[in-house]
Amino acid sequence: MSFINYSAREINCKLVYYGPGLCGKTTNLQFIYTKTKEDAKGKMISLATETERTLFFDFLPLNLGSIRGFKTRFHLYTVPGQVFYDASRKLILKGVDGVCFVADSQEERMEANIESLDNLRYNLEEQGYNLDELPYVIQYNKRDLPNAMPIPELSEMLNPNRVPEYEAAAVDGTGVFETLKALAKQVLNELRKGST
Amino acid sequence: MMNPQMVMYEEELAQIQAITDKLLRDSRSQTILVVDKNGQMIVTSGGSTDLDTTSLSSLVAGNVAATGGIAQVIREDEFTGQFHEGKDISVHMTLVARRIILVVLFGKETTHGLVRLRVRKAIGDLTAVFEALERKAATQSPQQNVFAEITDDDIDNLFND
Repeated sequence: MSFINYSAREINCKLVYYGPGLCGKTTNLQFIYTKTKEDAKGKMISLATETERTLFFDFLPLNLGSIRGFKTRFHLYTVPGQVFYDASRKLILKGVDGVCFVADSQEERMEANIESLDNLRYNLEEQGYNLDELPYVIQYNKRDLPNAMPIPELSEMLNPNRVPEYEAAAVDGTGVFETLKALAKQVLNELRKGST
Repeated sequence: MMNPQMVMYEEELAQIQAITDKLLRDSRSQTILVVDKNGQMIVTSGGSTDLDTTSLSSLVAGNVAATGGIAQVIREDEFTGQFHEGKDISVHMTLVARRIILVVLFGKETTHGLVRLRVRKAIGDLTAVFEALERKAATQSPQQNVFAEITDDDIDNLFND
């Protein structure tokens, strides 16, 4: 649910990075954080365990600039990927404006990808959303690893509706901003559609 | 869309600001934040400029969401209030109209009892404003919405860095 502040002339939108454990959601946000100019970002918050696994969420506020005199702010969140944190994942999806599903390209993580995608759809439905109607992109992460599956195979299993999909290696930043931009554009387009 | 956008107008923002400014004085607290349940900050009163209100808003919303989750698990409707006691600063959080969080940061200049008392009065006033705001947003004609005029170029220009 975007928040439009006519008084402060601001639009605030919430983007959520979803995906199985260790697929690179936090790494996406960390790369965006390190490559964004100081005046365009707030502090990145990570609620993580002592072993750096996301416990509740990561949060990164970004100011993308102005559109028709309105400052556009995107709040980026990740969910904890580990299966048993499902209650937390549901909470973070509340009020979401756009979702990026980060898939792990490694063959041995295919089952985890499918399970997480099903879980995303289910948790969204519980909140009254339909994934097919939300701004939504898929990122195939870890393309730099030797055991990465071919894109057509991943696409066939994870992207039956042919939503925009991007290849990435979040550790070195490949594809990270492309994914973010594609999602942010969809969200702004949705705002436009919603207003007509 | 399933969830209507939350929209804030100048008039209501001024009313909310007036309520929180009054609460700040009456409760002798240090900072007041009004945050929506998704972590977007709406208004602040008092507080130093170096306070990271964006982070604070997101964490408060996370905290309230987690507490709401606990309520569900134990089959409680919701916890409307929370209190965190610190050595120098304490935090009192209250849910207003089920979608807004009123956050009061206070120190030794006041007491938790006084804060709670003043907050109770402010909640009534805030609820009335947010209910009116919801009705106004629902009846707002689409022509007045600035986003209908956004072009593809406007969106593309955001990313030309």
